[in-house]
Amino acid sequence: MVNKLIKEDIKMFLTGNEVLAYAANSAEAEFMYGYPITPQNEIMHTWCKLLPKTEAGFLQTEDEISAGFSTIGGILAGKRAFTATAGPGNVIMQDAQSMAEMMRIPFVCAVMQRGGPSTATVIYAQQETRLTCYGGNGEGFRIVYSTAGHQDLYDYMIKAFNTAWKYKFPTYVLADGYQGKMREPVMLYDPASRGITMVPTEKALLADGEIGVDRKSIHMRNTYNMEEELMEVLDSYQVDYDKMAEEVAEWEEYKADDAEILVIAHGIVARSARTAIDELREKGIKAGLYRPITIRPLAVKPLREAVSRAKHILFTESANGQLAQMVLEKIYGLTTPYSTLFKMGVGVTGDDIVQKVENIVKEGV
Amino acid sequence: MAELLNLPPNLPKSQNAEVGASKFCPGCGHGITLKSLGNAIDELGIKQKTVFGCDIGCSLLSWNYMDLDTVQTHHGRTTPVIYGVTRANPEAIGIAYMGDGGGLAIGAQHLVNASIRGERMLIIVVNNTNYGMTGGQMSPTTMPGQKTETTPYGRDCSVTGEPAKGAEMVAAIVNKSKSFVARSTVSNPMKLKQTFVKALKNVENGGFSFVEVLSICPLNWRTNNVDTFARLQQMEEYFEVKEFLTPESV
Repeated sequence: MVNKLIKEDIKMFLTGNEVLAYAANSAEAEFMYGYPITPQNEIMHTWCKLLPKTEAGFLQTEDEISAGFSTIGGILAGKRAFTATAGPGNVIMQDAQSMAEMMRIPFVCAVMQRGGPSTATVIYAQQETRLTCYGGNGEGFRIVYSTAGHQDLYDYMIKAFNTAWKYKFPTYVLADGYQGKMREPVMLYDPASRGITMVPTEKALLADGEIGVDRKSIHMRNTYNMEEELMEVLDSYQVDYDKMAEEVAEWEEYKADDAEILVIAHGIVARSARTAIDELREKGIKAGLYRPITIRPLAVKPLREAVSRAKHILFTESANGQLAQMVLEKIYGLTTPYSTLFKMGVGVTGDDIVQKVENIVKEGV
Repeated sequence: MAELLNLPPNLPKSQNAEVGASKFCPGCGHGITLKSLGNAIDELGIKQKTVFGCDIGCSLLSWNYMDLDTVQTHHGRTTPVIYGVTRANPEAIGIAYMGDGGGLAIGAQHLVNASIRGERMLIIVVNNTNYGMTGGQMSPTTMPGQKTETTPYGRDCSVTGEPAKGAEMVAAIVNKSKSFVARSTVSNPMKLKQTFVKALKNVENGGFSFVEVLSICPLNWRTNNVDTFARLQQMEEYFEVKEFLTPESV
C-alpha cells in the first residue's frame, strides 16, 4: 500500500502533468515505470519528487518499449502500475500495449500528444488519437478517455485505473502538451470522499497459495496454434467489450439540444469550441458542442441523435480528421452535411471556430 | 520391457508433468536446458517464488513446460517484463528465458541495461547460433562460415561482423561483486545445473545473473547426432565455456 497525499479537498494551481501524478497517487497507484519524452516528463518528475512521502515505486527504464513491458510485469505482480508517454514513444510502446490487449492486462497509460509524424514538435497535437485508440497489430480492445482540462485529468486518471482493473482492457488518458504544461486551478480530492472505491488489484503471477497444493501454476500465453483458436478468444473479448462499452462510454453536450450547427471536437479543442459557441450564440447563431469523452468506445446512440438534430456538422481537430474518421463511421446513413476545420499539430482557437461557423452560415446552411 | 516403459519420467518437480510430449524439435537443446534449470530450482527449493518469462522464438514453446508461474512475452521483451515483476515484488525470483536473437539482437538494449542496473533476475540466453523458429536465419552468434538461410554461402564476417559474445559483453559491464556471469553448454547437463544453481543463488542474494547456454539445433543445422555434437564442440572452442564472474557468496 502507498500513502495517499490528498486526504481532503484542496484546490491547487498545477500543471496538467503534476495533476496526473497526484491523481495516480490518489488512485493508490503503487508503481510507475517511465522513460523521458517531452511533453510528459513532469508526470514522472512529480511522481519521483513525492516518493519519500508516498513510498511508491519508480523505475526509469531504457526506452518506452521497456517502460511498457515492465509496467506489464508490475501489473502481473499485482501492483496498480502505470506509465506515460508521447509521440514516438507512443509508437514504440504499442509493442507492449498489444500484449496488454491480447492478455487482458489492466495497463494504464497517460498519453500527452505532441506533433507528428516522426519527432516533429514536442509541444502539442491531437495526432496520436488514432494511434492511441487503434495502435498495435491485430484488433485489440482499448478504452481511451480524452480530457479537456485539469479537472478532467484528475478525475479521469483516477477513473482509468478502475476501468482498467474492472474490465481488464488497457485504458488510456489521452491529453496533450498544452494540458500537460499549462497551469490552472484544479480541485484535488480523496476518491473515497466522492464515493469512489478503488477496484482491488490481483496478482496474476505468484498469487496466494502454493503451486501443487492450493493451486496450479499459471501459464499465460499470447501465442495461439490455430486461426480458429485465436478467433474464439478475440470473439469472446468482443462480447466483453461491447457489454462494457454501454457502461463506460461517456460524452458531453454543450448547448447541443437546439443547435443548428453542431461542433464535434474532443480534448482541449472541445474547450475552444465552448468559448466559440458562447460567442456565436451572442451573435444569434445556434451553435452547440458534442464532445466524446471516451473516444474509444464512442457513445453511438447520443452521437447519432445529436447529429440528426443538427442542420450542419463542423468537425474540428488539431489533426487531419482522426476523430472525424471514427465518428463518420458511426453516423453512417445520416445525411447531415459536414464541414471541417483541421489544423495538423496546431491549436484550434475559439476565434478559428467562430470564423469558420460564420462562413458556413454565410454560405447558407 | 513393458514395465520399464511404464516407469514415470524422471522430471524435476519444477517441470510440468501434464504437458506431455515436448513440443521442441527432436534433438533440440531446450529440453536439456529446461530440465537442468528445473533441477536447479528444485535443489534450491525456490519453485513457489519463481516467475518464469519466456521469449518468442523457439523459447516460446516453454510457455507451459515448467510447473512455475509463467508469462509468455514478445520477442526480445522478456527481460523488461521480468524486471517489471521483480521490481514490483521483491520476494520474486525472476527468470527471463530467451534465445540468442531475443537476447543479443532484438532485446539487446534490455540485456545491456538490466546488466548495468544489476536487476535482481537471471537472464538465460540459449545460444544455438541461429533463429530456429523462423526457419534458420543468421543470428548475432552464427559462427564464421556457418550456412544459414540468410547466409546461404556461409557467414562472411567481413560483411556481418564477428559473432557476438554475450557472456563476455555482460561480464564487462556489470557490477563485478554482485553479478554471476557464465557460459555453459548442453553437452554437460550436470555442470549446467550447477551453473544455474549458482546463478539463482546469486539472485536470491539480491544480485544479477546471466547464463549463456551453448545449445544445438539439428533441424536447422541439418546435422545428424554425430555432426550436431561435433559442431557443439566447435562452438565450445569458439565461445569460452566458463564462469566469468562468480560472487564470493555463491
